[in-house]
Amino acid sequence: MEYAFLSPIEIAARTAEIIAPYLALEGPAMPMLHAVQAAFGFVPEASVPVVANALNLSRAEVHGLVSFYHDFRHEPAGRTVLKLCRAEACQACGSDRIAAHASAALGIGWHETTPDGAVTLEPVFCLGLCAAGPCGMVNERTVARINIARLDAILEAAR
Amino acid sequence: MMRIFVPRDALAVSLGADDVAAALRAACPDAAIVRNSSRGMAWLEPLVEVETPYGRIGYGPIDASDIPSLLASGFVDGGAHPKRIGRPEDHPFLARQTRITFARAGLTDPVSLADYRAHGGLAGLTRALGLSPADLIDEVVKSGLRGRGGAGFPTGIKWRTVQQAPSAQKYIVCNADEGDSGTFADRMVMEGDPFLLIEGMIIAGLTVGATRGYVYLRSEYPHAITAMNQAIDVALREGVLGDSVLSSSHAFHLEVRVGAGAYVCGEETSLLDSLEGKRGQVRAKPPLPALSGLFGKPTVVNNVLSLAAIPDIFAGGAAAYQALGMGRSRGTMPIQLAGNIKHGGLFEVPFGITLGELVMEIGGGTASGRPVRAVQVGGPLGAYFPPALFDTAFDYEAFAARDGLIGHGGIVVFDDTVDMARMARFAMEFCAIESCGKCTPCRIGSTRGVEVIDKIIAGDSKQLALLEDLCDTMKFGSLCALGGFTPYPVLSAIRHFPEDFSRHQPALAA
Repeated sequence: MEYAFLSPIEIAARTAEIIAPYLALEGPAMPMLHAVQAAFGFVPEASVPVVANALNLSRAEVHGLVSFYHDFRHEPAGRTVLKLCRAEACQACGSDRIAAHASAALGIGWHETTPDGAVTLEPVFCLGLCAAGPCGMVNERTVARINIARLDAILEAAR
Repeated sequence: MMRIFVPRDALAVSLGADDVAAALRAACPDAAIVRNSSRGMAWLEPLVEVETPYGRIGYGPIDASDIPSLLASGFVDGGAHPKRIGRPEDHPFLARQTRITFARAGLTDPVSLADYRAHGGLAGLTRALGLSPADLIDEVVKSGLRGRGGAGFPTGIKWRTVQQAPSAQKYIVCNADEGDSGTFADRMVMEGDPFLLIEGMIIAGLTVGATRGYVYLRSEYPHAITAMNQAIDVALREGVLGDSVLSSSHAFHLEVRVGAGAYVCGEETSLLDSLEGKRGQVRAKPPLPALSGLFGKPTVVNNVLSLAAIPDIFAGGAAAYQALGMGRSRGTMPIQLAGNIKHGGLFEVPFGITLGELVMEIGGGTASGRPVRAVQVGGPLGAYFPPALFDTAFDYEAFAARDGLIGHGGIVVFDDTVDMARMARFAMEFCAIESCGKCTPCRIGSTRGVEVIDKIIAGDSKQLALLEDLCDTMKFGSLCALGGFTPYPVLSAIRHFPEDFSRHQPALAA
């Protein structure tokens, strides 16, 4: 992620470059925000006025978008984002136990990041792998039939 | 050249299919490793198939560590192995199905247009290009196709409304925000047969006079996003999409737009707002999207499965499609067997099969081996059914008659360890998390619902009347199905499993 050493002014300038290719699209707001998050790992405060200006929206409206959608972050996530499915089909396969184990092993709850910045734990509602639950995502990689051993291996690799 | 098939479907990949493919590539350098779509038998994934003179022979579930023993048993010639399942099409799970939408599932390379054509693809579009707009509508109406997203609205009627709406610009929007737990048929179409969806959307465009389409695809489906974008690139290059569809005078442009984790965007009007770049909040209807949809233009919004049924309706004729099914539910439904189930996966059959056949005979009961206690049909807004209602036929009206819904065709099985009061609480919690906030019954009601159920769990069963009252308010006062249907799982849990709502009651002091 490229945010780490950038000042707000540099973030704004970089944001303008990132969103430029989307200006010609119909309804470009969501593709722009996805692109900003893909570049920085989250949607920085300094990006919001740039996107707002490009779309002729108020900063409040862009903030409203970022806060409405679960995917958009206001701050950087841990190096590994572990998403565990909480939806019914995974619950039927014992996902609550998996989530409790992850939470206890990491010492954090949903939406929290370990103090060392290694892991962010997030809920997800359905990955469409419902015949092989419990399921989750480790960064961009989907995993199915998670059991305690498999979870421990994931956590071990992430620490 | 010998061909070995390893699915690229997300479920197979999530169980190690990429590692299996890499191991096979290293072990069999002379073979072509084809990354095919999934057959839909989840318990056998990754299902590896090898082409032999006797047809394709399947082995599953295969882990990369199984490769040495597979090679030793001569699997390249279909040799015996504990994980050999024979020809997949002879497997009872597949042999019992009537696959129309999923006719190519497992057979083809999803992003090979040559494969798609060789297996009957583009026949529907080719025929549609020779029909008048009136004949196109007629065909869809006659097929009896109803929207597969859950509401079951007749597709032909919706399309006719858009066709008759005067406008220079119209849109085809595919609702691929398949957020219901226990459903994955849309995902499998987009990952496994993306040209089918593209073809259906082009035919929709031809019919109503739209030249632009969007697939609103959820971010939780990264493999589907990749496959759809690859297929759109190929279709553009090969003249299926673009300014001249199959060298005709018709243009059709298609784009994938990725959602951002909001369940409510599966509701068509919030989906449209999200596409326009707004918060995904529900719009009041009227106006109908068919008249004033995306950017205020007449818009067809259909689910993936509805659009994916279209090419075959045109290729095989409306009459053939209409001949399948029961009552007012015509054609086939790709049913998804999920949760704690022994044989889960994709099961496409004509409407009319019973819930019990699906769960017990085809699904084989629970994966845990314990008795089935409840099944939730139709996603998080669907009712819970006890085994006593397993004679219910899979049909829109039959489920409605028993205070349930088939929704998008997902069935989630629970064993006897489930606590239905907790599931009812989860339904309210989920609604609270995902509510778009526009209407009060959903936004506030769901949070109050969690609180009331917490009191019931704590032993105050007098709160049950209040909960039923609250459900009534949500059902009749909410703007869309999120708040309006959350009472289905809650009330069905109370009705069919009342013991779970009273057993928390502390014993009265003597």
